[in-house]
Amino acid sequence: MSGPGGIDPTAEVNDRAVVVEDLTRRFGSFVAVDHVTFDVRRGEVFGFLGPNGAGKTTTIRILAGLLVPTSGRGTVAGFDITRDTEAIKRNIGYMSQLFSLYNDLTVEENIRFFSGLYGVPRERREARRDWVLEIARLEGERRRVTGELSLGYKQRLALGCAVLHEPPVLFLDEPTSGVDPISRRSFWDLIYHLAGEGTTVFVTTHYMEEAEYCNRLALMNRGRLIALDAPERLRAGMREPLLQIRTNASARVVEALEKTPEVIEVGMFGRAVHATVRDLSRGRDAVHAALDSRAIPYESIEEIPPSLEDVFISRVHEEGGAPDE
Amino acid sequence: MSPESPRSDGAAVKAPADRDVDAIRVEQLTRRFGDLVAVDSLSLSVRRGELFGLVGPDGAGKTTTLRVLAGVLRPSAGVAIVGGIDVARDPEGVKGQLAYMSQRFGLYADLTVIENLEFYADLYRVPRGERAARLARLFRFSGLEPFRDRLAGKLSGGMKQKLGLSCALIHEPEILLLDEPTFGVDPISRRDLWLIVHEMVARGVTVVVSTAYMDEAERFDRLAMIHRGRLLALDTPDALRRGLAGEILAVRVAAGRARAARDAARAIPHVRRVAIFGDRLHLTIGSAAAEGPAVVAALRGAGFPAAESEPIEPSMEDVFIDKIGADAETTGGITRSGA
Amino acid sequence: MSKARRILPDPMRLRAVARKEILQLRRDARSMLLAFAMPLLLLVIFGYAITWDVRNIPFGVIDRDQTRRSRDLITTFQSSGYFTLREYLDRPSEIAENLYKRREMIVFVIPPDFSRDIDAGRQAQIQAIVDGTDANTATIAISYTRAMIQTFALGNIRVSPTRSGLPIRAQSRVWFNEELKSRNMIVPGLVAVIMMIIAAILTSLTIAREWERGTMEQLAATPVTRLEVVLGKLLPYLAIGLIDVILSSLLGVLLFGVPFRGNPALLMLMSFLFLVGALGLGIFISAFARTQLVATQVAMMATYLPAYLLSGFMFPISVMPGVLRVLTYVVPARYFLVVTRGIFLKGVGLHVLYVQGIFMLIFSVIGLTLAVRGFRKELG
Repeated sequence: MSGPGGIDPTAEVNDRAVVVEDLTRRFGSFVAVDHVTFDVRRGEVFGFLGPNGAGKTTTIRILAGLLVPTSGRGTVAGFDITRDTEAIKRNIGYMSQLFSLYNDLTVEENIRFFSGLYGVPRERREARRDWVLEIARLEGERRRVTGELSLGYKQRLALGCAVLHEPPVLFLDEPTSGVDPISRRSFWDLIYHLAGEGTTVFVTTHYMEEAEYCNRLALMNRGRLIALDAPERLRAGMREPLLQIRTNASARVVEALEKTPEVIEVGMFGRAVHATVRDLSRGRDAVHAALDSRAIPYESIEEIPPSLEDVFISRVHEEGGAPDE
Repeated sequence: MSPESPRSDGAAVKAPADRDVDAIRVEQLTRRFGDLVAVDSLSLSVRRGELFGLVGPDGAGKTTTLRVLAGVLRPSAGVAIVGGIDVARDPEGVKGQLAYMSQRFGLYADLTVIENLEFYADLYRVPRGERAARLARLFRFSGLEPFRDRLAGKLSGGMKQKLGLSCALIHEPEILLLDEPTFGVDPISRRDLWLIVHEMVARGVTVVVSTAYMDEAERFDRLAMIHRGRLLALDTPDALRRGLAGEILAVRVAAGRARAARDAARAIPHVRRVAIFGDRLHLTIGSAAAEGPAVVAALRGAGFPAAESEPIEPSMEDVFIDKIGADAETTGGITRSGA
Repeated sequence: MSKARRILPDPMRLRAVARKEILQLRRDARSMLLAFAMPLLLLVIFGYAITWDVRNIPFGVIDRDQTRRSRDLITTFQSSGYFTLREYLDRPSEIAENLYKRREMIVFVIPPDFSRDIDAGRQAQIQAIVDGTDANTATIAISYTRAMIQTFALGNIRVSPTRSGLPIRAQSRVWFNEELKSRNMIVPGLVAVIMMIIAAILTSLTIAREWERGTMEQLAATPVTRLEVVLGKLLPYLAIGLIDVILSSLLGVLLFGVPFRGNPALLMLMSFLFLVGALGLGIFISAFARTQLVATQVAMMATYLPAYLLSGFMFPISVMPGVLRVLTYVVPARYFLVVTRGIFLKGVGLHVLYVQGIFMLIFSVIGLTLAVRGFRKELG
């Protein structure tokens, strides 16, 4: 693949659950999705990472058949995203950011409602209902009013309802926003379970730490795809090494390093300062020099693996450092 | 390009904070909404000039706590003392020296950037003679000068937050309360926001920030981990990490086999908790040095040879989960009110 | 900060709140339309649509007399402008059918000796059968009929040796609304009613909107006082209201020809008092309601309906049952109505209207107090 995005020509055609090429969506003069190209393989857990307003929700809505692109092509589960939107809807599960459950219905009533909506065959309904109750750990709570459930349980239930009809592709838009870490981990467990059974899972999120859970990751910023790879390879691919300086005088360190040419980016992290440098040895020397010459105290300087946030910022700069709008 | 460091403009830096005095003290703070106990007997204190974090997921009670401290919500029980004033008895008394940035923006979308700033300057009666200098300084931090006549509603998420923070800072408060200021904001703006926050702390401002991002927890001088209205832990990041029972061993297994490996790892003695990160397992064990090799060997024996294994620093998320105390699979009460 | 400082509004903060409100209003097309276009539109629509004048009453005639005089009578009705001859009927049995089908509203039956009776100096009678389903219109039609008969009779008096002088007849003149044009009564009343509605609707949204958007939470965390928020929001709407009064009055005079005999300055003063009360009430509703949806519904109930029904605009207060009559005392529009009608049509001054003035002063104080007290700088 050259540059971010792109389709892997070596993958089998029917191995690709989702394919988009030059996907663009405008709202008036605002370009929400800007010529995005990528593909997702069957059974993959694919992440879409980026801040609010990056175009993640718009993209997922296009893929779910809820929105038509302004230009570009794509298929989901083999169906064309412009022409076969209804077929797409029958073959995917979709969990929107704002939840789809009815708070005033009971757990069981919600399940029954979505069974009907997704056309689950009658003979399968009971089995599927029991399955949802099991994965959501709500076996004893079928008559509980949904509004009373805590967030973690609601999300598991919503996920279950989204896959009642056993679709091959699942779209999750910010599914764990605001959820506590334990619930988040168990939710991801569920995602892995589904992926293991062959469901392709497409997730959007703005939590950098959640991105680690994905097999492959696409970074989005202002409608454009700025990186696409597995999380470790994204981090490994970062050309500029990252140094961590442990110190009690963070503010002074930051000020000194901002004036050091070898240092590209400086960030304060409590009792540590992170500095992105062009070259490891030259950078380390430069940092030593900068701090020593100003008699600024520090405990250690060492290279640390970059976080996805560092990768994100680095890629944005590479793209030409899109000016903040 | 990071915003210009604010200190090089010669602005006055306040005298070093008297760290023995509490800027904020909360005792047994409780707030109920009908059946729901949003904040449950919370007690904590924030020293002057400290960068303090309220860390926890949605529903933990962060926003409720901040609202009480800002004097816009009365406690059901307990005491909250901000800047020496009992906020429940005299909510108006502290508002002059405080700034509160609510989660849902306090900005007027139909006013321009400069109109928003002037409005807050008027509300806090910032002397006219000082406004030019303060605005100049805030514009340097935020990079908003080119957008001064743009309607606030037309700014990107990151810029809105920077404007919100600027409006909060225009009257140079002694205490700053920020409710999830970096939620959903792009990484560059997030970095800029934190730089501004750090600068304020360097000037002696007491800053309390609430966040659900575990990785931001590393930034604070001290932080309170909150879950369902209760305090789980309160300490410096380092101390919290040291307080984790055990150590974490990161082990990489063959691609696609992480789940199976996880199930196998659970059965291995010494392994207290296993979490999956892509194709890596994070195993919480007693001691990496003492038990590590045995655990790796056991994994290999179960059919999961480890490509790499190394002890890693526990993340704040690991600490949080540890503090919640339950087995990693359960999530606590099923209902919102904890039933 | 001393306590005294906290109670009195701070000019800088007050100005800031008012300025912000004005900027937001200017940029919100919907509010601007509501504030300026709506009152004028309402005035025009209602001014033309509501008329208690009854015109062109369709009538039918069974003329058994068939003389020049009977035809004169019919012509008298026809040319008055109030009646329109629809058709000649042949038989009384047709009357019921025609009234039922609403072809005519009134049918006159002229007896065969009509002309002869008049010539002989005897009293002549004609029969008028009226469709009474719409009692108001029927009553008016009957009184018009009497007037027409009177006119006709005057023109056909026969000086008779057996009579000296004219038979006694009532002489009535109408004061203040000489043409009895109901529009003259309606328009000033409309001004009052519209002002009440607009004032309450405009302000009822303002605070609720800020709570909904989240900006009020932020504002509550600042030192701004409740009085500063309420006054700061009230002043721009007060200005708008006064402009509306001026515009509506101009429209009434220029377009509808309603006379304006009183003192404009007095109208402004009374409008000022009235608006403060109405706006205060609107702000109170807004603060109390917390959501725009509830605010508009409550505003409708609390201002629109009473203003329309109980102010004396639609129905005279004197004919209302006792309970409602008592209720009208707490409808501010009732007093303002007296003021507007008085100033437009009667040209009276403060020495007469001071009673209304006092009541409206009371209401303005109540409105403001409710607004300040009702507005809480607190969530939950």
